[in-house]
Amino acid sequence: MKILMTGNEAIARGVYEYGVSVAAAYPGTPSTEILENIAKYPEVYCQWSPNEKVAMEVGIGAAIAGARAIVTMKMVGVNVAADPLFTVAYTGVRAGLVLVSADDPGMHSSQNEQDNRLYAAFAKIPMLEPSNSQEAKDMVGLAMEISETFDTPVMLRITTRIAHSLSLVELNDPIERLVKTYERNSRKYVMLPGNGRLRRLVVEERMQDLADYSETVAVNNTELQDPSIGIITSGISYQYVKEALPTASVLKLGLTNPLPSGLIKEFAAKVDKLYVVEELEPYMEKEVRLLGINVIGKELFPPHGELSVRMVSEKISGQPGIKVASAFDAPIRPPVMCPGCPHRGIFYTLKQLKLVVSGDIGCYTLGAMAPLEAMDTTICMGASISAGLGMIKAHPEMAEKMVAVIGDSTFLHSGITGLMDVVYNGGNLTTMILDNSITAMTGHQHNPSTGKTLMGQPAPQVDFVALCKALGVKRITEVDPFDLETVKAVIKTEVAASEPSVIIARRPCALIIKNTEKPLQVQECTGCEMCLKLGCPALSFDTENKTVQVDQALCTGCELCMNVCKFNALRKAGDA
Amino acid sequence: MSKIINVLLVGVGGQGTILASKIITHVALAQGYDVKMSEIHGMAQRGGSVVTQVRMGEGVYSPVIEPGEADFVVAFEQLEAYRWAHFLKKDGTLIVNTQKIVPLTVLIGAANYPESILVDLKDRVERFIELDGLKLASEAGNVKATNVVLMGVLSKYMEFPEEAWQNALVARIPAKLLELNKKAFASGVAAAK
Repeated sequence: MKILMTGNEAIARGVYEYGVSVAAAYPGTPSTEILENIAKYPEVYCQWSPNEKVAMEVGIGAAIAGARAIVTMKMVGVNVAADPLFTVAYTGVRAGLVLVSADDPGMHSSQNEQDNRLYAAFAKIPMLEPSNSQEAKDMVGLAMEISETFDTPVMLRITTRIAHSLSLVELNDPIERLVKTYERNSRKYVMLPGNGRLRRLVVEERMQDLADYSETVAVNNTELQDPSIGIITSGISYQYVKEALPTASVLKLGLTNPLPSGLIKEFAAKVDKLYVVEELEPYMEKEVRLLGINVIGKELFPPHGELSVRMVSEKISGQPGIKVASAFDAPIRPPVMCPGCPHRGIFYTLKQLKLVVSGDIGCYTLGAMAPLEAMDTTICMGASISAGLGMIKAHPEMAEKMVAVIGDSTFLHSGITGLMDVVYNGGNLTTMILDNSITAMTGHQHNPSTGKTLMGQPAPQVDFVALCKALGVKRITEVDPFDLETVKAVIKTEVAASEPSVIIARRPCALIIKNTEKPLQVQECTGCEMCLKLGCPALSFDTENKTVQVDQALCTGCELCMNVCKFNALRKAGDA
Repeated sequence: MSKIINVLLVGVGGQGTILASKIITHVALAQGYDVKMSEIHGMAQRGGSVVTQVRMGEGVYSPVIEPGEADFVVAFEQLEAYRWAHFLKKDGTLIVNTQKIVPLTVLIGAANYPESILVDLKDRVERFIELDGLKLASEAGNVKATNVVLMGVLSKYMEFPEEAWQNALVARIPAKLLELNKKAFASGVAAAK
């Protein structure tokens, strides 16, 4: 049976079909749905880890112990997981271990555009790149096979267009799910320098063996047609090439580390003009050049953003494509905090107080956008607190004019160590933990503070107050983010305090609660537009009547705007 | 069926473009077409502009539709029709639900919601259909069926048998909502005439 699946669903299906026993991840677009779909197969143990490094290590432990394991993350997550990754490349595994890196060319929902193919080369591990959902599923099986045959972790590298595009996939019955016995082998798994030096040589031998394997593996495939144009490509770029230049000869590479130098030389000799078509870095192009082969690549295609059928066609044929009508001038529709979002009042207050805000990654990053515009920096997960400490070490007087803002999931991901540093090194920084009881931005995943696991089991909940106390923070205040008066007073007191402090603003995400409040009504509005500064999508200005109006379908009745209105114009239905 | 048909569904997060695309792909697959579909989610789901792309034909390579190549653009909201109109082919069909959802940039006074959207679109696009899908859905029993109203309209312009669309509704919509959605679909079909 063939069904339509996203690449992410197909990878999850592959996990089910190819006997994987353990799966771990931290959510991150465009990788999140892989684990969410694995959770639909109860045969596979799966879990959200607090961060990517932990997930990687859970996978490593499972694979060393004898179970096939998969670990998935977005590309910046691999930065977090890089430490264990580079060393497990030395130790190897006992059962298959696959790391899925979901890259985001075009930065649809990411803070940078790094090309993680370079990680495979850097860590010296084999890499597979599927070009559609069927290949994504099949390559889970192939990756496990390579991992066990060559005793190495394997990277399965996808991009947003593979992760989030649907194409047809043939479903198969699962193979038997076997877990090998654990066998102690400290020479192989204890990476003391003496052992590491031996394994270092194994890595080189293994890469040599893999290079030979790369010449014959079926996923590296020559499609010889018109010899005037030859194109080396992989992943989604293959689809663009086939549509743009259906008669061209193509060397389609599925195993892209190590690259098959013999196949490449052979292909280059058979075609008149050789191109490499790849998104982002000239990863394959450089390797081809090292073989002494003249090739055209990044002089035609940009090292940033996504490629397209039209771009491939125009650049290689040298002919302009169809003329396209210009776009109309439409005002942008950026993502916004939802009506009833508990973050909104916090950023409204921070803006009022004119504080410097060291920000972090989550829904609350939207606090950087108009009209709230209350965020100064966002670098990576966890950076809010540690970068905040750096700011006050540069300008001690800034401590009274700034806060670090971080979410519950992000604090658990990598904020705890930053807060430890603040306490240890005497930074009188104020940290705000916006606890909305969920990992919201990626689509509501559980985390160690929410009381539930990915497999739906109840779990102990991290106690943020006790945790911060244990780190040595003495000033800890809990507030309701809808109680703006208290929020404002507490922030003022805490930024003025001359020691580290933590404010925990606690209220669940508006999308995970069953709301019973009625939408607000407008009466005797003066048209001062004060409430519009909250940036709530349920509020708009009626230019004819010069009053604010409340969208009855969107308003959650959170009353935040009632708190801001000085004229009592926004009221609960039934209130006089 | 040698030529590839491109359908672009555009709207605002929460308007049901995904279900609509599932109905179209169900019809296309049942007719023996190869299908690819692409949707970008992530930050966009928080009230941002959303786009779903469906491509069908004998052998589809790229999952992505490019400007000037959509046979059909189905816009669930006026401003989104305006934003994506240049994706339409020269002789393509544009279906617009006239509902307005004002973006935050306009709510806070940083931009204006263009007044001339429907006039400009009509001016540029020969095969242009506008309708109040929200009203038709509400008459059928629930405003949330606006997406299915729009599928009813689309079905009149695509070369698939009526029966295939009905089968897709049965397959893709929960039983207790089926009658309501069939009514919504029928009102879309009627509006297309």
